[in-house]
Amino acid sequence: MRIVDHHKNIIEVKNVSFAYDRQREALKNITLDIHQGDYVGVIGPNGAGKTTLFKIMLGLLKAKTGTVKLFGTAIESFKNWQKIGYVPQETDNFEANFPATVREIVAMGRYRKNNFFNGRRSQDKQAVQRALTQVGLWTEQDRLIGDLSAGQRQRVFIARALVNEPEVIFLDEPTTGVDQETRNNFYSMLKKINEELSITLIIISHDLEQIIKEVMHVVCVDQTLTCHQSTAEYLKASDSTRILGQDVKIITHHHHGANGHLSI
Amino acid sequence: MALMDIFQYSFIIRGLEAGIIVALIAPLIGIFLVLKRFSLIADTLAHVSLAGVALGLLFGVNPMLTALATTVLASLGIERLRNSKTIYGESALALFLSGSLALAVIILSLTHGFNANLFNYLFGSIVTITINDVYAIAVLAIIVICLLIFFYKELVYLTFDQDAAQVSGVPVRLVNNILIILTALVVGLAIPIVGVLLIAALIVIPVVTALQLKKSFLRTIAYAEIFSLFSVVSGICAAFYFNLSASGAIVLIMLAIFIIVCLANKRGA
Repeated sequence: MRIVDHHKNIIEVKNVSFAYDRQREALKNITLDIHQGDYVGVIGPNGAGKTTLFKIMLGLLKAKTGTVKLFGTAIESFKNWQKIGYVPQETDNFEANFPATVREIVAMGRYRKNNFFNGRRSQDKQAVQRALTQVGLWTEQDRLIGDLSAGQRQRVFIARALVNEPEVIFLDEPTTGVDQETRNNFYSMLKKINEELSITLIIISHDLEQIIKEVMHVVCVDQTLTCHQSTAEYLKASDSTRILGQDVKIITHHHHGANGHLSI
Repeated sequence: MALMDIFQYSFIIRGLEAGIIVALIAPLIGIFLVLKRFSLIADTLAHVSLAGVALGLLFGVNPMLTALATTVLASLGIERLRNSKTIYGESALALFLSGSLALAVIILSLTHGFNANLFNYLFGSIVTITINDVYAIAVLAIIVICLLIFFYKELVYLTFDQDAAQVSGVPVRLVNNILIILTALVVGLAIPIVGVLLIAALIVIPVVTALQLKKSFLRTIAYAEIFSLFSVVSGICAAFYFNLSASGAIVLIMLAIFIIVCLANKRGA
């Protein structure tokens, strides 16, 4: 198990701005650090720039101004991509008729460790088995991705991210279209990944009520960074102010609720 | 005509050899193009190569060379236009398709040359395949297969999820360019042999048929290969015995298999 230094920054975003076109800025002057071992929820209204911020941190979009550092290296020269896992928003990318089995999809994540010349296939197989076991889908390995439920599919994509033993995983709205029970199981799996495998998690969610129960820190994005604080601080602050216009009642309910890990 | 007569004609043997090679490589490229929703690239590049042929005829250069050069250049142009996101991917294809056809027609009217030669390029002609054509297409096949094996994982990953592939460190732009150049090479080299009609069909139809079976990625490729090879061999034989156009026969056989597979699927479900 790796030693987690909670003061170490693994992602540093500094003064980042971005615009898709000249009329409207998508992100304005965002500065944000993510610590090793953290579990961060990124929240904000639709169209607030959450996914854009993700894509900038992952190098899929280039910031107009400002800098991004991953593990201390400027993103332009960052090479250690196997340290980073990414579970994109399903609606963007998913093709239900894609002819691939669960095992084939998870193996995609290993592409770097086994190329044409150093084909350590047995290690790849073990890594795929381990990742699928971690998400509880090893028995489904031969099923086609299109035949799985939405919740199972998300676990497959988590396994694909896990297969390289990353240090951080980005998840963009992973529980869209999933029922409450599946959602609960999914979050308890994420908690395990964060605590037992010491993997930093950054998760975008529109489900404020749920996410606030799970994460350690909250980042609020609405073009600018409107908050970045521990969950406890966030809940305290949202008592008096209605951040993001969400229903405060829902949040205060959890204040007095039985969520032992939130010490308020 | 006796059943085994077919093997007494060397042009038929060469036609079969070339056809089998093209039938092998077309679906290997096609699986990635179809899944990337880029099926029409084959058709577009086929028409672009017509403009290349016309240019060759105009300047008295070997049309195969000019066809290859124009398809490769056009493929890179299409990929660039698609990446720039100024227009939709399929609109980029439409621009190149109509543009190159217009260019071909203009050049041919300048040279007064809508001749039999061009007819061969449109529909292919197994009668005129030389042994050198077979060698050229065989070398190309080896190059294509080696590159596809080498970049297999990258190609599968970026076809499934380009963003996740890029985050994993797949050199997305490079691999996309390689795929499109390979497509251009296959189309450019195959056209004098099998024609514009057949190459576009061979790249797309066997893959689309295999996708109906809902198998793993590798099995889908295997089934596409079987459909493709069966159609080409039976199409050439049918053309020989019934005196038909070979490329027309092959395409119709492929479509018949597609319809049969779809109907069988429906019945099974």
